[in-house]
This record gives sequence, structure tokens and C-alpha cells, in this order.
Amino acid sequence: MADWFSENLVSILNGFAIGSLLFILAVGLSIVFGMMGVLNLAHGAFYLVGTYLAYSLLDDGVTWGGFLGALALAAVFGLVAGGALSVMTEPLAKRPILDQALLTLGVSLIVAEVLSIIYGNDVYSVAPPPGLDDRVDVGDGSLPVYRLALIGIGLVLALIVYLVVEKTSVGALVRASVADREMVSAMGIDNRKVKVAVLGIGSALAMVAGVLGTPVYGVDPGLDESVLLLALIVVVIGGLGSVKGALIGALVIGQVDSLGRALLPELASFILFGALAVVLIVRPRGLFGPRKVAS
Amino acid sequence: MSAPARPTTPAATAPAGGSSAVPGSRRSRGRAPLRAVPALAVLVVLALVPYFVGPDETDILSRVLIFGLFAVSLDLLVGITGLPSLGHAAYFGVGAYTAGLVAEHWTPNAPVPVLVAAGAGAVAAVLTGWLVVRSDGVFFLMLTLAIGEITSQLALQLDDVTGGSDGLFGIPTFRIGGEPLRLEGYRYWYVLAVFVITFAAVWLISRSPFGLALRGIRDNEDRMRSLGYSPFRYKYVAYVLAGAFAGIAGGLFAQFNRIVNPSDAGFALSAITLLALVLGGAGSLWGPVIGMAVVVVVRDYYGPDLGGHGPLVLGIVFVIAVYVLPRGFAGLAGLGALRGRRRGAVSAHATDPDDPGSGAVPGTSSEERPA
Amino acid sequence: MTTPLLELRGVTRQFGALRAVDGVDLQVPPGARHALIGPNGAGKSTLFKLVTGSMPVTSGTVALDGSDITKLGEAQRARRGISQTLQHSSLFLSQTVERNVVMAAQRQPGGNRHSLVPRRQKATRDRARELLVDVGLERRSGALVSALSHGERRQLEVAVALACEPRLLLLDEPAAGMSPAESGRLVGLLKALPDTVTLVIVEHDLDVVFALATSVTVLHLGKLLLTGSPDEVRASTAVQEAYLGTGRESLFLDTDGPAGLDVSRSEQGVS
Repeated sequence: MADWFSENLVSILNGFAIGSLLFILAVGLSIVFGMMGVLNLAHGAFYLVGTYLAYSLLDDGVTWGGFLGALALAAVFGLVAGGALSVMTEPLAKRPILDQALLTLGVSLIVAEVLSIIYGNDVYSVAPPPGLDDRVDVGDGSLPVYRLALIGIGLVLALIVYLVVEKTSVGALVRASVADREMVSAMGIDNRKVKVAVLGIGSALAMVAGVLGTPVYGVDPGLDESVLLLALIVVVIGGLGSVKGALIGALVIGQVDSLGRALLPELASFILFGALAVVLIVRPRGLFGPRKVAS
Repeated sequence: MSAPARPTTPAATAPAGGSSAVPGSRRSRGRAPLRAVPALAVLVVLALVPYFVGPDETDILSRVLIFGLFAVSLDLLVGITGLPSLGHAAYFGVGAYTAGLVAEHWTPNAPVPVLVAAGAGAVAAVLTGWLVVRSDGVFFLMLTLAIGEITSQLALQLDDVTGGSDGLFGIPTFRIGGEPLRLEGYRYWYVLAVFVITFAAVWLISRSPFGLALRGIRDNEDRMRSLGYSPFRYKYVAYVLAGAFAGIAGGLFAQFNRIVNPSDAGFALSAITLLALVLGGAGSLWGPVIGMAVVVVVRDYYGPDLGGHGPLVLGIVFVIAVYVLPRGFAGLAGLGALRGRRRGAVSAHATDPDDPGSGAVPGTSSEERPA
Repeated sequence: MTTPLLELRGVTRQFGALRAVDGVDLQVPPGARHALIGPNGAGKSTLFKLVTGSMPVTSGTVALDGSDITKLGEAQRARRGISQTLQHSSLFLSQTVERNVVMAAQRQPGGNRHSLVPRRQKATRDRARELLVDVGLERRSGALVSALSHGERRQLEVAVALACEPRLLLLDEPAAGMSPAESGRLVGLLKALPDTVTLVIVEHDLDVVFALATSVTVLHLGKLLLTGSPDEVRASTAVQEAYLGTGRESLFLDTDGPAGLDVSRSEQGVS
């Protein structure tokens, strides 16, 4: 057992790092989802914007200034983009959920194509910021320091999001909206403002995740789809609208992905979807999802 | 475009709602031959097309029909049954790979590859549908999305069988009685024949008692339950049928295109097909074919002139269409015919006089029904 | 004694602390025209849902013709012959009147619901038209439901329910919002039903109740107050009290106003 642990410690830690990244990515999607019933298919494209932001600022040499600048810019861009998307979905609020999802799908096609016009279709890699670009020995292998840092960043962000959603009045409003949208608007609260804020923050988190993920996954025009899918799996497993669910779903998927790749490389992606299928058979609404959505 | 027996003449769509004086006259038997005229005319024009256009245009038209057929199969799911799938391309991909393998290793003789592809699409839908159809709302969207992605991942990873990222290539083209169809026109006719048969099948299903039950489930699942229907079974069967029809389209595609890639099962195809539904009007069957024609022509015909950025144009069209054409082209066509009976909000949005509930991609309503 | 068509034993439904239906025992013999009355909030609609299966019981059993159906889902119960009209109209607004009836008629044994091609529809359609004639909607068969008046929709609800060829027909305020002529016609139609159809009817309009019912059950605050013949119920002081309200709540809850037993048609029947 101890041997196994030490052999696979790298994979386990790596799994936590991926899980952290996935949490940052998925929590925004999950809350937007649970709160507004909007499936934001542009979430992956927003992640992609983040990676290209990182690439633009760090291509000439990775500095802390550039890295932090990219994070700040990503947050601002994300807020603006999410806010704009929220305004765009407003006229469709009374229409079936598919219409809103299709709008975000159109937006994501446009964003991805614009990025490909600007940056071409090449794949790049970007180094972590100075000081985090070494590797450390853990167990029988070694791991980039950056990934350990990611675990820390993920935990801090998770804590912040948790505190905001669970302990503040804004969070209470968000939770109330997840539980019963009509009720909140019936209470006379202008939930359009809440929507703009939540979609803005959710999108900002996606772009920030893009910057943070760049040293891990690189810059690749196809990332938007794969990242969106991972985020969706996390949300489905965790249950929509739940911060705790997003965290646990992200950690589970991080481990499944990382350990799966290490132990059964050829089956990795099937294990991922297998996990999804098992959860859905046992708990059709996700581990922490509402018992019943609309009844 | 090809819409058998759909009433398009004003006379045939006389308003029935506003004036109670003409109940049921729309449906009277005497008009059936009249209603088939436009459909037959479209069919004749389609059949004669290869005599008037060049080989490249003929090939584009074949593509329009193949993807149009796929759009029709998705419409059965989205427009008729109210199951908004984001991963329907999975069954297209399964059909395409199956037909490709059959043509390569067994026989490229029509209609064997297409029939086996239909079976494969159905089997894939049987296996996945059981899980998917039980879910609803956003969960349905996400699960279907996941299934599409899993399928293209599978295609990528099972490279012994599928050729991995290189795709399955060198697929023999259609053969009839051992003779390969080398001319674009012959291939087109074969595609047209399969298209017409399959379209007619979907049309019949949508007009059948089973189809009426599907529309009922789309509009109010709870009520159907209280009438004694088990919605799951109906949705499951519809899902499997849609999978089979998607498999047919995929099977045609494999032998037409002669190469199948993992992306042919991917999200992008599902996405542009939904665009075709939005453009054309879900639930009308013929609308999505026209929508698909626009998409295919933009992507494959004018695509090279757009510097490979056809998707950008499509994305913009997509966004505009969601706002401007909530019921698609079919909605525009349906407006005139329905003016006489627009009293309730729902009827005003209808796209198909035979099914006023059709129209906007229905999906799952975000508004809750009264308990 | 013959087996009751519908038998409830200790049927209870709890919402949190509230017992909307509280230990109701009820036997409805085959062929009965049974009315369920009581002030609003008495649990009549909930009780209906427990019988149709659209809501599970918290405890107790429901039996149809001697066999326990407590565990069956709504669709299965419907197939055993339980049919209903709902208080809140749940017709297919975007379909024509005729198709609404066809939807129910084709589900019946011998119907053609599995048919994947449009054939053998004539019988179903004829049946639908017959029913539309019965409820007086034959001239509206091609209209969209969304174009119907409220009263017409109630008539259509009845036609749809009858198309299910029910053994037990549950009618939740079928006359609500109908004009006197319409509700008179409805009473006539229901009276003319063969006694193979057992009726259980919830109705605020006591004229309709006493014109139809052979037996009456009074519910009050989820509990069964009394079951008896219309005359017995009319005479009961307990019922008078429940309706007129010795406590505030029944007056408060009854949106039809302080409905006494002799109250005639109330203006706002929709609840």
C-alpha cells in the first residue's frame, strides 16, 4: 500500500492540481446554470480567451508581472464578456432553455473563430512564472512546482467562493435564486442585476482558469470544446448550482483523470465517462444536486 | 423543398380556428392529391438538377441532401419529441464509420452499407438512449453533449479500427449491382433516392398516432401520463428511430465523402445542425433541410472564399437567427397561413399548419407548469 | 355486497406538518355517482391526485375493483381505467380540439397508438367526433384549443376524459366557469353515462352535485366528515357547521364565499 502510494503520489497530487483548475472552471458554470438555468456553452471559449491572453502577455518571456497582468486582464475581460452575455440572453429569458444555450453556442463559435483569425491554429506552450518552473521530487517521481501552487490557488479560490456564497447576503440571494428563481423575482428583487453579476463572475473565473491552465495544457485552438466538456462532467457529477458539488466533482474528476492516465493510459477517457455514467445511474441529479428540479 | 403532401396552398390551409364553420375541412380526403402536387414538383426539379448544373454543384447538392437528412433525424428528436440533443452527431458518426468499414471489408454495394449503418445508429441509440432519455432539461443537454464527445473520442482512440486521427479513408464509393457510381449525377440520384425514402418515413411517423403521442409528450408530459401513456417508452423509441435515421445519413456520407474523421461525430456537426433547425424551423421537417442547405452552402461552397472562416459567418448567423427567426423559415411560411387562427399566443408562433405546436426549438420550457 | 370499485383505506398525505388528507376511508360502489364536497382546502383535489397516482400517498392504500393499486404509477392506473379532468385545464393548447380527443382515444385497447404510419385512424377519429358531439363541441373540432372559451375547454376536458373509456371517472370541478346552459348540458351528459362508468365528482356548484350524485362525501380539513345520501348530507348539522364555518378558516379558505348548502350558482366558480 505504501509502495503504491509512493509510486502514484505524483499522479495523485497532479490530480489535485487538475481538480483545482477544474473547480475554478466549473464553479462559474455551475452557479450560472443553477441560478439562471442558462447552459453557457461559451464557457469553454472564455477559457480559450484566457489562454490566448496569457500567451500574448507571456510569449516574449514569462514574468510575474506579465502573469499577474494576464490574470487581472482575464478577470476584467471575463466580467465584461459575462455581463454582455447576460444582457444578450435577457430577451430570450421566456424562451425554452435550448434557445439560450444556442445563443451561447453561437457566441462561442464566433469567439473561437475570431481567436483563430488573430492567432492562427498553431499549438504553443507557455512556461510557468519564474520560481514555479522547477520540479520537485515527490514519492518516486517529480512534479512541476507550478502544479503544487495550483492546488493552493484552487483551495484559496474555493474557500473564497464558498464564503461568498454561503455567508454573504449576495450569496444568500444566489442560493435563493438557485432554489427558486420565480420566488426571488416575485420578492421584487431585480434578478437581472444578480444575473449580470453572476454570469460576469462565472465568465471571469473561466478566463482566469484559462490563464492558470496555460502552463499546464498550453495554447491550443481545440481546447474550448474539451475544457467545456470537462467542466460539464464536473457539474453533472457534482450537481448543478452547488459550490460543494463543483468542488467535489472537480476533485473526483481530477483524480480519475490523472490516476486513470497513469494506471490505465489507454482507457483514460472511458474511465472519465464511466464515472459520469455511474454517478448518473445512481444519482440522476448529481451528487449534491437538488432532489427534484421542476415538479 | 421536398415536403410530401404538406399543404402549402392557401386554400388547403384555410383557417380552421377562427371560424368554426369549416371544421376538419383541411383534412378532407378530396384534397390529398392537391396537397401532393407541390411535393411532387419539388421532387421532379430535384431529380432533374444534374442536367442543369455542373458536377461541383451536384456534389454540393448531394451534401445538402445527406446533411439535410441528418437534420431531419434531429428534427424528429428536437422538433417533434421535444428532446433537444446536443450530441446527435454521435449516431451520424457511428453510421459513417460502420458504413465505411462495411464498404471496405464486406461490400460497397447499395444499399447494404446504408442499411447496416442504420442498424448501427439504432443500436448505439438503444445503448445510450436508456440513460439519456431518463433525464430532462439541462441534464439532457449535457448528457447528449457528453455522448457526442465520447463518440468522437472513441473514434480517435480506437485507431486500429477507425484509423484514429487520420480517419477512415479510401472508402469505396457507392456501387449498384457491382458497378461503382463514378459520375456525380449518379451518386446524387442514389443519395436523392435514399433521402426521399427516409424523409417519407420520418414524415409518416410524424403524422402517425405514434407521432401524435410524441407531440403530446413534447407539449405536456404529465398530461400524457394521466392519459395512460408511458412517456419514457415513447421518447426512447423516438430516440432510437432518430439514431437509425442519423445512421443512414452517416452511411451515405461515408461512401460519398470516402473519408470519415472523428470530427464527423463531434460537437461541431451537432451544433451546425441545430443551427439548421433554428434557421429552418424545428418540427416542420422540411424547414431544417432548407436550413441545412444554407449551412452547407456557406460552409462548403463559399467556405473557401471566406478564408476558411465559414464558422465565423455561421456563428453570426446563428446569433441573429436565435433572435430574429424564433420559428425559422418555416415560421415565416407559417405566419400567413395561420393569420386567420391566431388567437392564442401559441398558435401565432406555429410553423406547420398540421402541427401548430411546432415551431421554435421547443426543448424544455423554463417556465414551470402549474402543479 | 359487491366489491367497491374504488376503496380507500386510511389514505393520508402529508406536506411537512400539514396533513392535507388525513386517514380517509372511502368506498365507492360500481356505477355510483359519488360527489366529494367540502370547503376549499378540505383536501379534495389532493385526494384526487392520490387516487390518480399523480401524487404518492404518505400512508394508506388505494384499491381499484378489489386490487391494490397504491404502488402503481399514474400511467398504469390510467390504463386500468382511472380517468380524470383537472381543475387546472391541462389540454394541449397548441393542438386542435379533435387531436386532443384522439390523443386519448388512440391509447385505448384496440387503439392504434403504436402505429408508425398514419393508418387505421378512422375508427379513432370517428370515436373522437362522437365524443365531441356528445359534449357539444362538434363544430369546433378543427379549432385550436387556445382559441376555445373557458367553458368550451371544460367541455373538451370531459370529452378527453371519456375518450379514455374510464371505469372510474374523476371530475374536478367540471362545471367551474360554465354558463348555466353549459353546465345543464354537462349534467345531462354525465347522467346519461352508462353505469359501467363510476363517477367521483368534486364540485362547488351544489346544484350540479345534487342533480347528479347518488351519494355524497363531505371532507373537512383533510378528514372525512360524513358519507351519505344527498338528503342525509343536506340535513347534517356537522356539515352545515363545516361549510358555514364555526371557525374562521373555512370562511377564509372558501373563495366561493360563505357557501351554504342551499347556495345557488356562484359567480366565480374558477378556483
